[in-house]
Amino acid sequence: MASPLKKVIFIIILTAICLYVSLPNKIPFTNLNRPYLYFKVGNIEIKKTFDLVLGLDLAGGSHLVFEADLSKVPAGKVKDAMESARNIIEKRVNLFGVSEPVVQTSSFGNSQRIIVELPGVKDPQEATKLIGQTAQLLFAEVPESTAEGSLKITDLTGADLSSAQVGFDQQKSGKPVVQLQFTTDGATKFEKITGESVGKPVAIILDNQIIEAPVVQEKISGGQAVISGNFTTDSAKQLAIELNAGALPVPVKLIEEQTVGATLGAESVTKSIQAGLVGLSMVLLFMILSYGWLGVVADVALIIFGIITLALYKLIPVTLTLPGIAGFLLSVGMAVDSNILIFERFKEEKLKRPFADAMEMAFGRAWTSIRDANVATLVTAFVLANPFDWTFLQTSGPVRGFAITLALGIIISLFTGIVVSRNLLRVFVKEGKKK
Amino acid sequence: MIKWMKYRYIYFLISGLVIGSGIFGLIKWGLKIGVDFTGGAVLEYKINRDISTESLTKEIEKTNVVVVSAQKAQSDYTFKLSPISQDQRSAIKTTLEKYTGTTIEELSFQNVGPAVGPELVKKTVYALIISASAILLWIAIQFKSFKFGISAVLAMFHDSLVVIGTYALFDHFFGAEVDFLFITALLTILSFSVHDTIIVYDRIRESRKGFTGTLTELANKAVSETMVRSLNNTFTEIFMLTALVLLGGTTIKWFAVALLVGMTSGAYSSPFVAVPILVTWDELEKKIKAKGSLLKFLKLSK
Repeated sequence: MASPLKKVIFIIILTAICLYVSLPNKIPFTNLNRPYLYFKVGNIEIKKTFDLVLGLDLAGGSHLVFEADLSKVPAGKVKDAMESARNIIEKRVNLFGVSEPVVQTSSFGNSQRIIVELPGVKDPQEATKLIGQTAQLLFAEVPESTAEGSLKITDLTGADLSSAQVGFDQQKSGKPVVQLQFTTDGATKFEKITGESVGKPVAIILDNQIIEAPVVQEKISGGQAVISGNFTTDSAKQLAIELNAGALPVPVKLIEEQTVGATLGAESVTKSIQAGLVGLSMVLLFMILSYGWLGVVADVALIIFGIITLALYKLIPVTLTLPGIAGFLLSVGMAVDSNILIFERFKEEKLKRPFADAMEMAFGRAWTSIRDANVATLVTAFVLANPFDWTFLQTSGPVRGFAITLALGIIISLFTGIVVSRNLLRVFVKEGKKK
Repeated sequence: MIKWMKYRYIYFLISGLVIGSGIFGLIKWGLKIGVDFTGGAVLEYKINRDISTESLTKEIEKTNVVVVSAQKAQSDYTFKLSPISQDQRSAIKTTLEKYTGTTIEELSFQNVGPAVGPELVKKTVYALIISASAILLWIAIQFKSFKFGISAVLAMFHDSLVVIGTYALFDHFFGAEVDFLFITALLTILSFSVHDTIIVYDRIRESRKGFTGTLTELANKAVSETMVRSLNNTFTEIFMLTALVLLGGTTIKWFAVALLVGMTSGAYSSPFVAVPILVTWDELEKKIKAKGSLLKFLKLSK
């Protein structure tokens, strides 16, 4: 057994490390910046900035849920189709320029979904349109004699593209166009089609709609084509992204959307920090008023609790959401509760035995109740967090955020309540010092 | 020592009154179910002009969208609508910008299809059943008696009834709404309720060793011993949550209110609901047993 003094030194070192991690990059009220952790060992380069990851409700962004229409997909292929849809949506989102998007599939009952989270997206509506479009590109020959509607669909599709990009019509209007570059295979097909249709129109069809049917002047080799539908710069860019990422194997429909603007997010951050500080200082004050020196020790333990928790949020990292902040504040309550339990017990034991014995006794006796009670709360936190993604339980981000911060808080509060305050008390509070 | 258990019918009466008025509100006014469950859209705009919500509602309805309700807090305008498409969403913004002559900032937007609601209810019920049975088992094992577990779970349902009932009143008078966060609050309260109950149980368990008195005496002792702790702990939680309610912003205001009501009820229900149920149960059991053996005795002597 290490002596209490050694343990206190360990606690101080641990707190110092956690303090370093949990400080913001720019330390408030000073001109100091917290240095980044950066070292290089051989080829391994480690650079940690320790930023707090904020959820969509705090940083602003969109949470989108799409439902896939799998009516035309054979039962055995559902999983593959969903996986490829997910990949294509992820590609589209990346090309759209959203940093750190989350794209995941989820199923409930018979319904297959794709959940897309876009942090900090400036134009959620554009993004939604971009993701939801199937983007099935087809080329069709238009036989002269027959009526419209009997197009002869060719085997050239969006899958034969090697790239698509936005350009501008140089010759006539100067309007935005989408330039296509086919693969070698696609180029051969395109050459064949145009060769057969000289003097006749070739229809370009996107998601079952003819967007253009230009008349072929001559056979086109080299595998380049231009779509000059009635585009704006934005819609041309959107189509280029969709074509580059590929067509979705299944049509998807937006069934749920949640968007929080950056302004509202920032406001929520300020407000919860305010609320947290006010609540916390009242708790700290209350502890000192109720328990004197013991209260001071509990407060120190509580501050250490806060520092360790914040550091862990950054290290794991935990995505912090508004309910997550509430979960943190509740776990502060739990941490205080452990101390209150111990101190009340101590008051009782002090009447029966000497000071130091009473202190040890109080910790020992209070422990069983603290353990049993916190296990019960951990059970609920576990069900709410649903760490194994059981489909019969919810997987919603905010609730999960709440449960994770709550669970983490409980575990850390067990540590600070028992180890930290106990050893601080052993070292700093002696019988004489009380009053 | 205070004979807490002597007054247990008063505690039951208090609980009955609180739950009764809640249920009255629930039946009379019902619960306002939020978009999370019913499906629909919520648009929150920042409009830097003072305009009545009625006239804005009229403008929005011109775009063929049903406005369910409209609220205004300073420059924040919140509209609840039937589910809308992306095109309608842009149309509403353009219409209102034209009407007000200012640029409008979309603070938040939520659009939920009608399919999501029943699914949420189902998942919540599952979560409830799983955590309640896990907790029941845990207590039964730790305290070596199902009586303890069941009493604790009953107190837990007492607290959720208090919260749901009170929420129905808040719903009616202050416009609170049942949303996803409310469900989270409810589940959290369940665990906190049990948390407190276990603390009191723990003292019963401790004094049970080498003690010959009745469970009622043990309960009185345990409640006395934990009373100060319960009060102090409730104070700290009230501080924390009141700060959240008053300063935490609109998004989590009702979440924090639900937690505040639930925590207070949870602290009350441990000594004044769970333990009295336990004691009453124990006494009834003894009476029945005594009657049983008396009957047996009478039969034998015949």
